[in-house]
Amino acid sequence: MANKGKTIKVLLSRGDNSNSALKEYEVPAKESQTVLDVVTWIQRNLEPDLSYRFACRVGMCGSCAMTVNGKPRWTCRTHVSKVMDGDTITIEPLRNMPIIKDLACDLNEFFEKWTKAKGHFVPTKTRDDSVQIISPKEKSRREANAGIECINCGVCYASCDVVENDASYLGPAALNRAWTLVNDVRDGGRIERLKAVTGDGGCQSCHSQQGCTTYCPNTLNPTRSIAGLKKAAAIATLKGEM
Amino acid sequence: MLSIKLYIAQRLTAMLMAPLVLLHLGVMIYAIQGGLSSGEILGRTQGSFFWGLIYGLFVVALSIHAAIGLRVVIYEWLGVTGARLNWITTAIVILLLGLGSKAVYAVVMS
Ligand code: SF4
Ligand code: SF4
Ligand code: FES
Repeated sequence: MANKGKTIKVLLSRGDNSNSALKEYEVPAKESQTVLDVVTWIQRNLEPDLSYRFACRVGMCGSCAMTVNGKPRWTCRTHVSKVMDGDTITIEPLRNMPIIKDLACDLNEFFEKWTKAKGHFVPTKTRDDSVQIISPKEKSRREANAGIECINCGVCYASCDVVENDASYLGPAALNRAWTLVNDVRDGGRIERLKAVTGDGGCQSCHSQQGCTTYCPNTLNPTRSIAGLKKAAAIATLKGEM
Repeated sequence: MLSIKLYIAQRLTAMLMAPLVLLHLGVMIYAIQGGLSSGEILGRTQGSFFWGLIYGLFVVALSIHAAIGLRVVIYEWLGVTGARLNWITTAIVILLLGLGSKAVYAVVMS
């Protein structure tokens, strides 16, 4: 194998919010190695108490996101060879979230903001009603579909400078979720949701620099969703609906 | 702290300013053909209701637009919130309105 005997230098963040520092490790290089493989190798062979999160390892669950060479990434689907900086790789926890320990962040606030943005479906029918037929070609359905594949990984949230500067900002993921529901014709919470996403730290605070869209591993476009929310909320406000 | 109403105000004033800026630039390019003199400019603007209205509107729109933009910067970078942020925003509007109307007065009325 071409990589036999080769190693990579890994700088890994250890510690918690009050005290964290990069520690250096040497990890055997493997073919098609992912960043998560590297972290797992260190945990299994060198640091049994290393804290980090993962579950599916195939880009479905959204739990493995970390900062890799300064950029937020889903580590299970990020190949080391694609993100190496010379012969070094630096792995840190996500930005904009408190660190619990090492690479594990506290995502409570991230998910609380989904709740604040009313990111839940409000049904308008009961089990006695017939199933509503919705064409996948309808404009509103296409808008909703464009944002629906979010895996809640927090990569966008970690890349957003407004989140960094404004603690109340709901952030790209929660707002993207709200936008999919605003476009769901079966949902009954439109005005309440538009109110929720235009309070302090609402969609109007987004600067549209598209950090979120650049890094979203599922190639979603939260910036576009937020622009949609801004427009819908502005029109509803001018019409006196909210 | 940017409310949706302030957001709307900023977008509406931007929509108002866009054509005014183009008009302003157009007239500037037109005006400097064959040299630029204050006499020529004042000849066009003095006593002109049209130019008074155009630049008056521009000053009002700009004062609102810029103050909201600065409000966001002051909130995000300096962490100023609440009543203090409102006072600072209002002060910026008044300052820009004052400076702007002085300039409009100078070219139209004097
Ligand atoms: S576009 Fe908006 S939500 Fe996305 S990173 Fe920029 S400010 Fe944050
Ligand atoms: S929008 Fe993209 S980056 Fe943000 S949480 Fe969802 S999948 Fe992750
Ligand atoms: S481990 Fe599930 S997305 Fe990476």
